[in-house]
Amino acid sequence: MSDIVEGMLAAFRLIFSLDADLFEIILLSLQVTLTAVIIASLIGMPLGAWLAVNRFRFRRITIAILNALMGLPPVVVGLIVYIMLSRSGPFGVLNLLFTPTAMVIAQVIIITPLIASISHQAIRDLWAEYHDLLISLNTTKWQRMLTLIKDARRSLLTASLAGFGRAIGEVGAIMIVGGNIDHLTRVLTTAIALETGKGEFAFALALGFILIALAILVNLAIHSISKTERASNW
Amino acid sequence: MKHLFSILILILFTISANAAEMKLAVTTSFNNSGLSDILIPEIKKDLNLEVQLLVVGTGQALRLGRSGDVDAILVHSKAAEEDFVAEGFGAHRREIMYNDFVLIGPSNDPAGISQSINVAEALKKIREAKSIFVSRGDDSGTHRKEIALWEKAGESSKDFSANWYREVGSGMGATLNTASGMDAYVMSDRASWLKFGNKGNLKLLFEGDPILFNQYAYLPVDPRKHPHVKFEQAKRLETWLTSEKAQALIGAYKIGDETLFTPNAKAED
Repeated sequence: MSDIVEGMLAAFRLIFSLDADLFEIILLSLQVTLTAVIIASLIGMPLGAWLAVNRFRFRRITIAILNALMGLPPVVVGLIVYIMLSRSGPFGVLNLLFTPTAMVIAQVIIITPLIASISHQAIRDLWAEYHDLLISLNTTKWQRMLTLIKDARRSLLTASLAGFGRAIGEVGAIMIVGGNIDHLTRVLTTAIALETGKGEFAFALALGFILIALAILVNLAIHSISKTERASNW
Repeated sequence: MKHLFSILILILFTISANAAEMKLAVTTSFNNSGLSDILIPEIKKDLNLEVQLLVVGTGQALRLGRSGDVDAILVHSKAAEEDFVAEGFGAHRREIMYNDFVLIGPSNDPAGISQSINVAEALKKIREAKSIFVSRGDDSGTHRKEIALWEKAGESSKDFSANWYREVGSGMGATLNTASGMDAYVMSDRASWLKFGNKGNLKLLFEGDPILFNQYAYLPVDPRKHPHVKFEQAKRLETWLTSEKAQALIGAYKIGDETLFTPNAKAED
């Protein structure tokens, strides 16, 4: 128990000491995860919309698979990305292994199904509402998808934030493809794993509290930018 | 949307820009001991070389070297290292320093190993008492050494029951955390143990058998196998590691008043 209190105190000390290494780690965590969330949203949201408005033969099974992929084990994703990007692998010449870009790739794979799935759910509900209107206006499929994405933007924000949540706390995949190299690919979660390995629980916990605070801050920031959760703007 | 793309491209671009560097896979003990924190800045200063450390077990380090994903490795498992060179993945093997392994256990020492005459006897006592023993179980240098020591004691660790012999498949730190939680016996390199922050009820119980010496060697990846590796940089680092200055730094590194590593690089022949 005393470890937790000590961890909280250490977290405050760390933040107020304005430690340059710490800010480097925080910045990289944000950079990697936000990039991954943006890319995954650009893939996942149109995919969700497309699945909602289109009827095709394997739709049901496609959606089932997409939902199942929400639970992709990050370690397996990490291992596959590692094998792909390894010098002995098919994309080895790109020299991307152990770089932040590799970490972004792994996170995109992990969170795209999640974002696509939640987007699909939200857009499907809206599609039920808009169906007659959009059909009677003789819209094209693309127009329908765009309208739905636009009007479902609040729910889609939730999808993105869920993706952010999964990515920012992820350690298994980025440990393998990033390598936890100091000043290059070390992020909050891999630093926490490292400090735990050293038995430095208080320091590891301090980093953990900073990670949680960071997640809260990012969520608040996005809500305030998009003006959600306000009476006039439901 | 256009803005979003340009921001995205900018982010991707800034994070893939790199300075001159090389990648070195090292064992957890080298890093956990804190020695790397002393050496890496010195290397940067003397050679203007950014050494990026991948801290993994010896098994994974060898694997990374085999795939050509790192430029050199610093590990401690002689037989595996010699295979690595013989198979053409390592250009050569250069000894740098050694430290030693120690047996850690609950401070009341239920198996009574602290008075053993050698490590074989100590291990036998643990086996007979069926006291809980935590093994790395991750194919690292330390794990291989432990298996070899059991063999020397006339035991086969494969046949041990999980009732008392617990393979955790983790790095040294995680293994020590587990041992600390279970109040179990465990074998560790001295450096990791001294630096370890969660000792709990554990205590150093047995040390000093010459068989416990642990030789670290540096192996650059052979450019004939992987033409893209930075052999020049790996070579420069080797020269530096074996230089008088680096060897003195290694020998002078202490935690408390204990020396952790003994430098023993030979001049190039």
